[in-house]
Amino acid sequence: MNVHQSLTAARPLESFSSPDSATAKVDAMVRFEGVEKTYPAYRGKPGVRALQNIDFAIPRGSITGVIGRSGAGKSSLVRLINGLEKPTTGRVEVDGRDISALSGRELRLAQRSIGMIFQHFNLLSSRTAAANIALPLEIAGWSKADIAVRVAELLDLVDIADKHDRYPSELSGGQKQRIGIARALATRPSVLLSDEATSALDPQTTRAILDLLANINRELGVTIVLITHEMSVVRQLAKEVVVIDAGDIVERGHVANIFTHPNNPIPQTFLAEVLGASLPVSLASRLQEKPVTGGQAVIRVLVRGDAGDTVVARLARELSIDVALLSARIDEIGGQRVGSLTIGVPGGDATAAQVLAYLSQHQFSAERLGYVA
Amino acid sequence: MSPELINLIIQATGESLFMVAVAALVATSFGLPIGIFLATSGKGELFAAPRINAVLGVVVNATRSTPFIILVVAIIPFTRLIAGTSIGSGAAIVPLTIAATPFIARLVEAAIREVDAGLIETASSFGATPLQIVLKVLVPEALPALLLALTLAVVSLLGYSAMVGAVGGGGLGDLGIRYGYQRFMPEMMLAVVVVLIALVQTVQTVGDYFAKRVNRRLRHR
Repeated sequence: MNVHQSLTAARPLESFSSPDSATAKVDAMVRFEGVEKTYPAYRGKPGVRALQNIDFAIPRGSITGVIGRSGAGKSSLVRLINGLEKPTTGRVEVDGRDISALSGRELRLAQRSIGMIFQHFNLLSSRTAAANIALPLEIAGWSKADIAVRVAELLDLVDIADKHDRYPSELSGGQKQRIGIARALATRPSVLLSDEATSALDPQTTRAILDLLANINRELGVTIVLITHEMSVVRQLAKEVVVIDAGDIVERGHVANIFTHPNNPIPQTFLAEVLGASLPVSLASRLQEKPVTGGQAVIRVLVRGDAGDTVVARLARELSIDVALLSARIDEIGGQRVGSLTIGVPGGDATAAQVLAYLSQHQFSAERLGYVA
Repeated sequence: MSPELINLIIQATGESLFMVAVAALVATSFGLPIGIFLATSGKGELFAAPRINAVLGVVVNATRSTPFIILVVAIIPFTRLIAGTSIGSGAAIVPLTIAATPFIARLVEAAIREVDAGLIETASSFGATPLQIVLKVLVPEALPALLLALTLAVVSLLGYSAMVGAVGGGGLGDLGIRYGYQRFMPEMMLAVVVVLIALVQTVQTVGDYFAKRVNRRLRHR
């Protein structure tokens, strides 16, 4: 399938599940329709348009990543889902209900089916682990006995049953986030919103928390919306991804597709991050803009799926050139192999152009980085 | 010092403690809700009511900026209305309460505003009502700061209660003025000062102890 076409073509709302089900109607857990969010002018500061033209659906039971730079509008987007913010225009549906139209008691009831976890955990320092988890249940008016049973279940679920009576100040970051997750799940929500939930954690703890979220998604069927600026988080957990920049959705689709799509600079930045696409220093320092006699042209190829496995061999065989592998990184994103190969081909401009034409013809995205002696 | 004088000191201490205790209690029961309201009624906040907030702020500031001794005299008719008299410890409770209420309100406001706004957002995301947020989040989280604020208010009240002695308010200040100053008894003045120092020290120590006990931000091991 031609990746470029599927991503650049304007698609109807329903197509955002995966490229394979492009025509299937998505069973949406969350649906944005023509949403725009503008913060009004305040005390001399001009109004800010945080989001515009937001039209997409988050499939029920999916894990969807929302990525973008800081200030891109990610936080506004999730706060529209749980009704903490109202859209200026358009509507936001959660589980078939227009949450943007609710207020007061109705909104508060609806919010019980939407859990949220936070970057800085937002636990009450005055409450023990168990009491923190109990908070949303108290707010929902559960009885003491029911709360005790539910809290015990939740502590087990997040694997910190022994921390029942500990205060947040006595816990590590990972343990605090587990409490945050247990608290978010207390009222059995159908959607879990994660606002940079692992950004304050070290890589190992991040992995453990992401595993926990994956389990929750799998076993409880909770739809998870992950906001993050960390590519590794999306890579490990999300199948679907939405990229926003300056309030606009600039990309959306299957994770692996997004990251091999060459035209948009933002996914490319993320791709570079995940693949460590920067060249080895020894190579980068020798790189020149003009062809060098007797030297090589340096070309970077982005590969996806199985096709990438043999690309070097095929290039060498079909074009009868010696292809040097200068640097390579292959990783798994959203269950698909994605990689970046840096190759050197002998000769000047002509050979490089020939190689690029061949790659383009076979649906690889490639670019010439320069030449080395 | 003669037993009678010691008796006088004990009696005056009792009067002072009574004035301060009642004034602190009444002033807290008004000051706490006013302070919470001040902290939560700004534009875009939980009980957003910017106009009422502004008016209340002006009233609080006006009371706070009136020198206490002038307040005591100025509200004598009101004191008579409430206490039936303007002389003695009972009557002194009225100006003490009126002076302490806005003071406590501002201290409470500051303590509540110290609570991380993220916690309010968190509770809102669970569908908590504004009242639930105040009772289950803001007050418990601000409790250590509130206890310290209350301690500070009680210490200030002890000072004020000595001041009402100057206008016939009873208590330790009254004793110090009448015996220590007007009857030239420096040992009585010294005794009054020592008792006041001991009281302030005790109040502060007890306040610090409880504030620390309820502060779960620190590790308790």
